[in-house]
Amino acid sequence: MEKYNLVIVGGGPAGLAAAISAYDKGERNMIILEREPKLGGILNQCIHNGFGLHTFNEELTGPEYAQRYIDEVKKRNIKYLLNTTVINVSDKKEIKALSEDGLLNIEAKAIILSCGCRERPRGGINIAGARCAGIYSAGTAQKLVNIEGYMPGKEVVILGSGDIGLIMARRMIFEGAKVKAVVELMPYSSGLNRNIVQCLNDFNIPLMFSHTVVDIKGKKRVESVVIAEVDERLNPKMETCQEIKCDTLLLSVGLLPENELARGASVDLSRITRGAIVDDQLMTSIPGIFECGNVLHVHDLVDYVSEEAKEAGEKAYEYIYSSKDESYEKTLIKTENGVRYTVPELIIKNDDYNPLTLKLRVGNVYKKVKLEVSCDGDVIYSRMRPVVAPGEMEKIDLKSEQVEKLRKATEIKVYLRSQE
Amino acid sequence: MREFICINCPLGCQLKVDDSDLNNIKVTGNTCKRGERYGIDEVLNPKRMVTSSVVVLNGKENVVSVKTKEAIPKGLIFESLELLKNTKVEAPVNIGDIIIKNVLNTGVDFVATRNVERN
Ligand SMILES: Cc1cc2nc3c(=O)[nH]c(=O)nc-3n(C[C@H](O)[C@H](O)[C@H](O)COP(=O)(O)OP(=O)(O)OC[C@H]3O[C@@H](n4cnc5c(N)ncnc54)[C@H](O)[C@@H]3O)c2cc1C
Ligand code: SF4
Repeated sequence: MEKYNLVIVGGGPAGLAAAISAYDKGERNMIILEREPKLGGILNQCIHNGFGLHTFNEELTGPEYAQRYIDEVKKRNIKYLLNTTVINVSDKKEIKALSEDGLLNIEAKAIILSCGCRERPRGGINIAGARCAGIYSAGTAQKLVNIEGYMPGKEVVILGSGDIGLIMARRMIFEGAKVKAVVELMPYSSGLNRNIVQCLNDFNIPLMFSHTVVDIKGKKRVESVVIAEVDERLNPKMETCQEIKCDTLLLSVGLLPENELARGASVDLSRITRGAIVDDQLMTSIPGIFECGNVLHVHDLVDYVSEEAKEAGEKAYEYIYSSKDESYEKTLIKTENGVRYTVPELIIKNDDYNPLTLKLRVGNVYKKVKLEVSCDGDVIYSRMRPVVAPGEMEKIDLKSEQVEKLRKATEIKVYLRSQE
Repeated sequence: MREFICINCPLGCQLKVDDSDLNNIKVTGNTCKRGERYGIDEVLNPKRMVTSSVVVLNGKENVVSVKTKEAIPKGLIFESLELLKNTKVEAPVNIGDIIIKNVLNTGVDFVATRNVERN
């Protein structure tokens, strides 16, 4: 049994930033375990620009952003293992991993889970029709085109207007394909505005809201898809069916945090984010197991991933070296009126009044609302938002005096207040 | 008055651009200076950064990702992509290596955005 103070599962931007910050705090006895043959995570395939403006004040592509963190990890000689898949984490903080040298058994004082998310598969969305070639998840297509240099098709329909789908629409056009439509079930996009502008509008690709794919036709390969408008209850209106000829269907229907490991360790998971329920130290229900990045909740901005992970690295360090074995009471943040979730979800009742950031997502597009936090009925934070949307994470930055109220409260609520 | 969404960073600020006087264009709704610049440029001379990939010979990977170092005129996107289709580079490639110099006389280079080791 190998022993480390800190084991970081996943060497994407979250794992890298967590490792760097734990090192900078003073930790030397740690290791990053990464399944792929390369560090950097999903960023390696995100060759488009738009990363890092908030962190580096510079517009980078995914691989460039990742490389900056990889360089920092190497500079510090932080140990990492590639081609190493963690297959089990226990609530005793024992880790089993499969590496090129066989099975590894590792014992850790603290674990940071930073294993990102995976795409929702076709099975999860229930489309009828042929099981023929030419159906890919958008992320798989992205990997094929950007890493393998292989084009999956010539005439494309994309289901779902998540960021990966939008980015792949432009990418397929750049590689000479025709993108006939992006079909979105909801009346709004879950993708970032700028991707709608830059990836669809620039190339006149139609974005069809409140539509879905009801049938896929084809024998060996996709030959066409049938799409239809949906009603308010998201049921297709069959009289609106139209057939679109295409040889490729890309599915961009959302990401799910990859939480099999957390589940195996009996970590309490949120039914909304599908990530762990964490307190304001980013610690899960199992003391010493932390989560950050896309495994905790899906982020649209890698800068925020790095920020969150930095904190996780620091908190893990503090946990490893804290002698006190105290367990504080925690208050659950209640979300109401349009707010779907907050991260963290639990606030520790202690006297650490350092500034704190709450992140959240809303469940629909709301205009002219106030984003508010109340403690035992007193509004301690209120900010006007011209528009909030499910595709964009909101942040609430709380100052010391607000954090003090938060920590002392017995009831905390985060909600939207309509201004109309 | 024209409306744009700033694309310079993922915040995507909603810009209102008053272009009634082209010598004195007024931008509102931006969070930072880049948004103001973008609003003005989008009226006078829309530009985009182009990201794609080119074939690598003798590399550990088949393709290397590239970007225009700065944004180029929107109208030149497809012509610039044509240039990439006819380009092959020899590994090793390092981040920042110039892949095509002075793309279509814009003064902007295509540079590599990934390291590809030699096989
Ligand atoms: C298509 C796409 C486009 C994006 N566009 C932008 C953008 O334009 N701008 C922006 O700022 N952000 C963007 N993002 C968001 C950003 O890339 C992600 O939020 C970020 O990569 C998440 O980092 P992470 O480390 O949490 O996860 P990941 O990058 O997914 O890394 C997780 C790592 O963990 C490893 N792993 C998983 N399970 C195991 C295991 N069991 N054992 C060992 N290793 C494991 C994986 O191999 C992976 O390397 C985009 C994301 C996607 C998917
Ligand atoms: S104005 Fe600034 S903050 Fe807003 S989208 Fe543009 S670059 Fe980002």
